[in-house]
Amino acid sequence: MATAPSAATPATTSPRTRVSPLAIFLTFLLVGATSFGGGVIAYLRDALVRNKQWFDDVEFLEMTSISNTLPGLNATNMAILAGDRLAGWLGAAAALIGMCLPAFLFMVGAGIVYAEHHARPLAAAALRGVAAAATGLIAATWYKIGKKSLRGFYDAFFVMAAILGINYFKWGVPITLLAVGAVAIFTYRPHTEPEKPAQEQEEWIRSLH
Amino acid sequence: MDQIPALIRVFAYLSLLTIGGGMAAFPEMKVQIVEVHHWLTSDQVTHVYSTGQMSPGPNMMMVAEVGQLVSGFLGALVCALAFFVPTGILTFLVGRVWKRLEHWPWRDSIQKGLGPVAIGLAVGGLITFGKGAITGWLTLIVGLITFYAVVKTKINPVFFILGSAVLGLFALR
Repeated sequence: MATAPSAATPATTSPRTRVSPLAIFLTFLLVGATSFGGGVIAYLRDALVRNKQWFDDVEFLEMTSISNTLPGLNATNMAILAGDRLAGWLGAAAALIGMCLPAFLFMVGAGIVYAEHHARPLAAAALRGVAAAATGLIAATWYKIGKKSLRGFYDAFFVMAAILGINYFKWGVPITLLAVGAVAIFTYRPHTEPEKPAQEQEEWIRSLH
Repeated sequence: MDQIPALIRVFAYLSLLTIGGGMAAFPEMKVQIVEVHHWLTSDQVTHVYSTGQMSPGPNMMMVAEVGQLVSGFLGALVCALAFFVPTGILTFLVGRVWKRLEHWPWRDSIQKGLGPVAIGLAVGGLITFGKGAITGWLTLIVGLITFYAVVKTKINPVFFILGSAVLGLFALR
């Protein structure tokens, strides 16, 4: 999809020119309507960094790292963070609505079709195929993320603990998240953890392309 | 119509579990939709979630299809709002104070700690999903081919999803 990223755009501290909420809405609408196959972050980087140049790579990376830490999807969290930085809360709302509108219409349409036809064997057969491929796709997405971001024994331990909590001990998602999350955060409490170089994270984001 | 308050409650609650992405919340979503509220069957949840993978934009907008199936357009609208707005407000607020948290030492700890937990929860969700999706040799092979292709090539995965739908029409009846 992309060629080599342009190296080191300097991190600007100069005040950003405000972008109109309409321009923000249209940009995110386009991403929201064309980002098929998951990996919205890569589409967003193309649109916001390369194409519109509203952000440099450093700031984009910072926003992805906030997105990853918070609940909510990457696509919508990124829309809110970027929209806010470009035009305040109105920009955040414009970006969120633009990002979500195409998918919303798609899924409402899918619901109407499914309600009508789900009893048909052909519809179920096609969806069985889709479910199988979706399993492979989601597994690949997380395999790539895991390969890039997991380091060392503790990371592997917490991944396993969460998997076992969900699928073996049947703790349920909330308990697993709170229990394993608390132990993990405590394990990486201030001044005990090995530093992860920032460059590694930048490579991660480039590797999305 | 009488399901609207329950839809709002369930999907606002589920949205708080989507650390690192929607897959983390999948097991709890399945429990809520199938066992607690009897809105859809287990197979239907698998179908609707899979349909979400064909959508552009955020794949978790599949929550709107759940709402549509339970309560029509109003159901779709409230599910989408309940799922995306509360976490959206949280992101908005944290985004504004993020810079100021730079010197708060626990910020890094939270990021480093939640990273692997998010991956574990997603894999846990995927295992739950896969039990409903991988039901025989053919689905296993389709899943493995898609996995391999997405890891090794730059081909857009949506082609594999659509191709598998066509394959399913012929081979998975």
